[in-house]
Amino acid sequence: MAAEASATASAAGAPILEVDRVTKRFGGLVALSEVSFSIARGEIYGLIGPNGAGKTTLFNVLTGIYRQDQGAIRFEGAPLADPTPDRIAKLGIARTFQNIRLFANLSALENVMIGRHVRTKAGVVGAVLRDARTRSEEAAIERRAHELLGFVGIAQRGNELARHLSYGDQRRLEIARALATDPRLLALDEPAAGMNATEKLELRKLLESIRAQGVTLLIIEHDVRLVMGLCDRVLVLDYGRNIAEGAPRAIQKDPRVIEAYLGKPREAGAP
Amino acid sequence: MVSLSELRANPRLKWIGVALIVVSLVALPFALSHVGTAWVRITNFAILYTLLALGLNIVVGFAGLLDLGYIAFYAVGAYTYALLASPHFDIHLPWWAILPIGASVACLFGVLLGTPTLKLRGDYLAIVTLGFGEIIRIFLNNLSDPFNLTNGPKGITTIDSIHFIGMDFGNDTRIGSLFVSGTIKYYYFLLALLLVVIVVNLRLQDSRIGRAWEAIREDELAARSMGINTRNMKLLAFAMGASFGGVAGGMFSAIQGFISPESFVLTESVMVLSMVVLGGMGNIWGVILGAILLTFVPEVLRYTVEPVQRWMFGRSLIDPEVIRMLLFGLAMVVMMLFRPAGLLPSAVRKRELAVPENGR
Repeated sequence: MAAEASATASAAGAPILEVDRVTKRFGGLVALSEVSFSIARGEIYGLIGPNGAGKTTLFNVLTGIYRQDQGAIRFEGAPLADPTPDRIAKLGIARTFQNIRLFANLSALENVMIGRHVRTKAGVVGAVLRDARTRSEEAAIERRAHELLGFVGIAQRGNELARHLSYGDQRRLEIARALATDPRLLALDEPAAGMNATEKLELRKLLESIRAQGVTLLIIEHDVRLVMGLCDRVLVLDYGRNIAEGAPRAIQKDPRVIEAYLGKPREAGAP
Repeated sequence: MVSLSELRANPRLKWIGVALIVVSLVALPFALSHVGTAWVRITNFAILYTLLALGLNIVVGFAGLLDLGYIAFYAVGAYTYALLASPHFDIHLPWWAILPIGASVACLFGVLLGTPTLKLRGDYLAIVTLGFGEIIRIFLNNLSDPFNLTNGPKGITTIDSIHFIGMDFGNDTRIGSLFVSGTIKYYYFLLALLLVVIVVNLRLQDSRIGRAWEAIREDELAARSMGINTRNMKLLAFAMGASFGGVAGGMFSAIQGFISPESFVLTESVMVLSMVVLGGMGNIWGVILGAILLTFVPEVLRYTVEPVQRWMFGRSLIDPEVIRMLLFGLAMVVMMLFRPAGLLPSAVRKRELAVPENGR
């Protein structure tokens, strides 16, 4: 099954991200143990698993916050050498955080404008002299930020402080801020957490339209319906190991997955 | 009653307002010299401290890096000027060469302090910067042997004054019937410098660089994850802040004509930081107000404490210097209780310190 899925993945083109036997330890705790998978360009790839399975650790390794102890990560064919969060963002991987990390005391617009930092150039001299190039760059930053706020559906919230936004809007703002860095891979850590049913539906539409723009998505999500409906393929982690990978429907029936979530059945019989 | 925002919106009234400010700033030293020439000198120091406070505001207010050794950069700038324009080495460079050199040397020291402290924040950063400030002062005190660089605690004397447009700023000039003292000339020079520094600060704050600093102050990890090279941006903040300190130091040397390590003690760092905090961290106008108040109020007290005591008790009971520091301390405590974000808080700080509405 997994072989079948990766066959379809390679058919879709060269993988955008390849994770090869990545291991991460914290002291004696093995948070990730030889995790391997690859994501095809344009795919929506889900990452699920019980609490403490190592999903966020994997995200932190991918985005340069932690360094893996063993294994390799390749993005667009090139290994991530000496990864730091800012270099990774520059390469084209953007992320959101499980416990929203917006610049809480800045306006929504400023948050997105900061996301443009990595794709713009103005330095101290430009800022002080305000030459024509800096001014037009600044105008472009603001225009793009407004565009992105509109794209995620919070156009009218631009002047509000990030921390005054509703929970759902904060999640949207984080996505807009990440998109402002022009990512080719967008990693979302529980984007639907704390959202109601309507908001989840809107989120799903949003994520699909992000994919339609050619951005590959990697999503950690607990909401099974969202994952099943949205993801092309799903990787299941448990105790830092990948226990299953494949299409959502197949994953749902996988006994190892059921065991990871629900525990071993007491006697042989119905799974 | 017309509100201030309406005034700002009306372009004609705005220009009248600007013209009034310009005229009063130009006339100020002459008016002050009628009260007493000492006040012009105090005004110069107020501007000097404003330059320092604006420099420190980049580090503390914009980037959120607590620096308790900022006066070290002032010292570096002052000694650079002193060494390059005094009989000590018998080098006499013109001011327009030394001030940029002083800024660059201070900038270098800024990077020197910034590099090892990149991973530190808050209390830990404060301790290291405090140590740095003391190290610089102790070096200045001791770099007199075997090679006499700083002349030790004796300091450097007879530093050249600034010569500009055919005038010696160290002496008085008579232009027609107008008597212009050296202090007044420095006043205009400092005012011009201040104007430049204010414009640089305002523009930096409202730019890609300023936003990156804000992001680092708000959430460093999120800032890094958005692709901001926090290492370079922090170093830039240290370097920019230090450069301003270096220029202010150079001016201090030129005005005083004498410097010694005693002028660069920890209390000076604390004083400049107090100006930034009292005025309103991150708000350029607040910081300026803080610097002016904290320079003038102690001076006003110096001249009033003694007469008031005599009037109340018939004699001077308590040393004016003691009362001055007492009132100063009291004022700071009261300020922090009632206006923790400063007199003119920056929009962001006001929000930070406001009572959170939704428990977050």
